Amino acid sequence: MVPLWMYLAVAAALFSLGVFGALSRRNAVAVLMSVELMLNAVNINLVAFWRYSETSTDLLLNGYAFTAFVLIVAAAEAAVGLAIIITVYRNRRSVIPEEAAALKG
Amino acid sequence: MNVLNEWAFIGMFAVLAPIFPALPIVIAWLFRPRKPNVLKSSTYECGVETIGDTWVQFRVQYYIYGLIFLVFDVEMVFLFPWAAAYNEMSLFGFVAGFLFIFLLTDALFYAWQKNALEWK
Amino acid sequence: MELNAISIGFVVFTIFTLGGGIGVVTTRNLFQGTIWLMVSLFGVAGYFVLLSAPFLAAVQILVYIGAIAILITFAVMLTRSVTRIKTRYIRLVPSLLASLALFLILLLGVTMPIFGGVSPEHAPATVASTRDLGAALVDENGYVVPFLLASVLLTGAMIGAIFIARDDTA
Repeated sequence: MVPLWMYLAVAAALFSLGVFGALSRRNAVAVLMSVELMLNAVNINLVAFWRYSETSTDLLLNGYAFTAFVLIVAAAEAAVGLAIIITVYRNRRSVIPEEAAALKG
Repeated sequence: MNVLNEWAFIGMFAVLAPIFPALPIVIAWLFRPRKPNVLKSSTYECGVETIGDTWVQFRVQYYIYGLIFLVFDVEMVFLFPWAAAYNEMSLFGFVAGFLFIFLLTDALFYAWQKNALEWK
Repeated sequence: MELNAISIGFVVFTIFTLGGGIGVVTTRNLFQGTIWLMVSLFGVAGYFVLLSAPFLAAVQILVYIGAIAILITFAVMLTRSVTRIKTRYIRLVPSLLASLALFLILLLGVTMPIFGGVSPEHAPATVASTRDLGAALVDENGYVVPFLLASVLLTGAMIGAIFIARDDTA
């Protein structure tokens, strides 16, 4: 059996990759993809903790159910985020977040 | 170790499935004659070369359809466990599941009313 | 970590997950980026199999690869100049340093027992099934409120996204 810390280390690496992409990529779609990577790292953590906790036998489903809710929220986030990117592109011909600064004070 | 037996078939499929289409391509690559000329290696051997950019913009209607598909695909995340536990469920759980479906049908109704389902 | 099917699977899925993740953050062509994203999400689905959550693995493939990645592909196709932005990165060095520091802190946290107890080596023998999840989702003492709120969230997201993305001028 693989010990718990290995799953957590992989999730940490995936989360850091997502942070790097979200901070540094110039394209808004790439930023959104990096956010999806971060959400997946969180999902790995939730399922790993759920599996390795002693209470998973007592039908304590917190980690399992939370993962399902994270999936739903990720889907809603991707749907609305991509719709905003498409609309901004249609109006301003740009997918670079810094250039959509019409509301900046 | 019963995890191993349950997933061994899927693991075998996952290994064999890429090999099957890759094998003929590799064999053809090994045995084919190599005599390229300008006409043969053009994009369309008998056809007109494209003018301008081939990376055309897609219509936003594709995105709307993908979006509606996404919502009802995600609905499955909750409806499948709900259906699996159907036989041992109280009336409350039954009503909660139907309320879930009803709320999502609302969204479909909105899309229908706004003519988002029509191909323009 | 002894050599058996689970540890081999773990190594393979780690290569898929992290390799796909590196592909996502480094690729120049965003269309290839979505393919890398699918590879990474497939690796995560493999982890769910190893963690005895086969339902979540199936959902991961159906929802993430089948729907979210396809939606991202559509968005890449719709925003046409996406693939020809010359510079890939802004603030490259600061974000590289920040994410590297974050990774080292997280790695220290999960390997050393400084943030609490020692992490367990073995998982319990029995696990809850998909049926237990379904029963808990609609139970009064379980997750019925988040269950219905998720439905409201999806309805709101769908209406909002259609309202934003629809081209009324055409």
